[in-house]
Amino acid sequence: MHDVVQYIQSYLESNQTPGAAGNFFWATVYILLVFVGLSIAVIAMNWLERKILAHMQVRLGPMRVGPHGLLQPIADALKLLLKEDIIPAEADKVVFWVAPFIVVLAAFTVFVVVPFGPTHAITDMNIGILFMLGVSSLSVLGIVTAGWASNSHYPLIGALRSSAQMVSYEVAMGLAVVSVILMTSLNEASTGTLSMIGIVQAQQAQQQWFVFKFFPLGLIGFFIFAVAMVAETNRAPFDLPEAESELTAGFHTEYSGFRWSLFFLAEYSAMIAVSSIAVTLWLGGWLRPFPNALQGPTWDLVFSLIPGLTFLFLAGMAFYSTLRMPKHPLFRVQTIGLAGFGALLGVIGLILFIPGVRLRVQDIFWFSAKVAAFMYLYIWYRGTFPRYRFDQLMKVGWKVLLPTGLALLILTALVAMRGELLADVRGVWRP
Amino acid sequence: MNPAAIPTNPPVATPFFFYLLATVMIIGGILVITRKNAVHSAMALITTLLAQAALYLMLYAPFVAGVQIILYAGGIMVLFLFVIMLISIERTEKERQFNKQWLVGIAAAAALGGLFIAVYTTTTSGRTLFPEGKLSYAEGENTQRIAGLLFDRATGTYMFAFEIASLLLLVAIIGAVVMAKKRI
Repeated sequence: MHDVVQYIQSYLESNQTPGAAGNFFWATVYILLVFVGLSIAVIAMNWLERKILAHMQVRLGPMRVGPHGLLQPIADALKLLLKEDIIPAEADKVVFWVAPFIVVLAAFTVFVVVPFGPTHAITDMNIGILFMLGVSSLSVLGIVTAGWASNSHYPLIGALRSSAQMVSYEVAMGLAVVSVILMTSLNEASTGTLSMIGIVQAQQAQQQWFVFKFFPLGLIGFFIFAVAMVAETNRAPFDLPEAESELTAGFHTEYSGFRWSLFFLAEYSAMIAVSSIAVTLWLGGWLRPFPNALQGPTWDLVFSLIPGLTFLFLAGMAFYSTLRMPKHPLFRVQTIGLAGFGALLGVIGLILFIPGVRLRVQDIFWFSAKVAAFMYLYIWYRGTFPRYRFDQLMKVGWKVLLPTGLALLILTALVAMRGELLADVRGVWRP
Repeated sequence: MNPAAIPTNPPVATPFFFYLLATVMIIGGILVITRKNAVHSAMALITTLLAQAALYLMLYAPFVAGVQIILYAGGIMVLFLFVIMLISIERTEKERQFNKQWLVGIAAAAALGGLFIAVYTTTTSGRTLFPEGKLSYAEGENTQRIAGLLFDRATGTYMFAFEIASLLLLVAIIGAVVMAKKRI
């Protein structure tokens, strides 16, 4: 028993990812943690999206199942699992069966390299960002085959739209990413890196998030990526592959029950994945905000207390809602449940104040907070923007984002190498 | 106890994985040419390409593996599927498969077999066509090494070939646009 505790402690004090240490056990623990965390995040997103959209449209949203509809996602999941699983008679059975799994596999595999902190990644690959872009681009194969295998008109049109859209926006996305990789090479050794942890460490070393680097070049790259990533994940205003008003549900019209829920799971975890690429590349990954303006041990302490305070604030909200619950006996179970939920949040908040935990967990908190901001943006887009027409979508991809991305790449290279270029010019002109 | 001191796992580049991936690739390749349904062929081809990416990883070339996944599995195959989906599958299912190039096929297979034999035979003096090589740098440096070979001022020997290849691709893109559009 003592050995086990010591083993766990020895890992918690290490400064390597489990992949780099070649530690099978901790890698498995991390994989399970990431999987559970993602599933909880998807469940939470489901509830939050419906609630936030509802409030944006001056509705209440789900209110019946649990206090403020908190248990609605669980009810939904149960419904989906119990629903009859229909495979259309004319469908291509094998492909129809495989397609959702391709999408889910692609969406979950990318999290192998997502750096939640300097040591909190399952592994750090030398080709991190390339791996993430490559594997997430495989999900379109699942969508296309799902649409084709359904052997029905709406899904086929959805699949065609999806493949055209994803291939177009991947190009612009790649150009924006390359401009960041150029920025990582601005050090003494002048070697860049593709590793996700390396990219964040480059921002730390240059004391600047890449979104502010070479203003406004970094900002433009970030903007290109932020637009392309919405298109990559088939979300509004680029949700043409599943446009409800035109194609019923697009590529997954014929899917029901568990298989449909796999598409749902994949869509949300893909959203989290691309958001974490954006956070890692431009917004400093796990680094806390204002590392330069508010530096020093005092500010470090203040910022490391924020995670615990956030959870305590949420706990306070839950307790406030408990007090406002109707005093009718029918609501007693709900009231007790909400109070228990608040207590759980409060305990988590208190645990986050322990110095050892605080220092290890604040990276994960800042990373998740930045990703959460993106998740909110996704819902906001959906609540505000009307859907693009397909020709407009193509025009934006090929005639706006692609040329801008190319210009950005050239400009970034010129600005990054300006010293050497000037020296070369002077060398030529001197004689 | 330092976690780094915990016995690490054996490397992935074992004969078992090589034979596994090779089997997957060969079965995938056979399925590509025997399936009547073009979408099934395309999916078999995707499996083959992914197994090939894994083989590159086994050769300690992660960058090539990543590019393989992005370009072939994620890019080119999507375009393939895009075109295939517009074909009427019912008609192709009824058509008889034919192969009118078996002579060329046999010649190519014989040449490839001869090459394999040449690679694996050792002459009496102990010389082989491909001597056993060993990686002189860490696996993690692969990307930087490739960049050095392509772009570095001192070691970049393939810069010209790289640029020529990209120019060729550009010409192909322009050609496609010219042929597809009557009026530009």
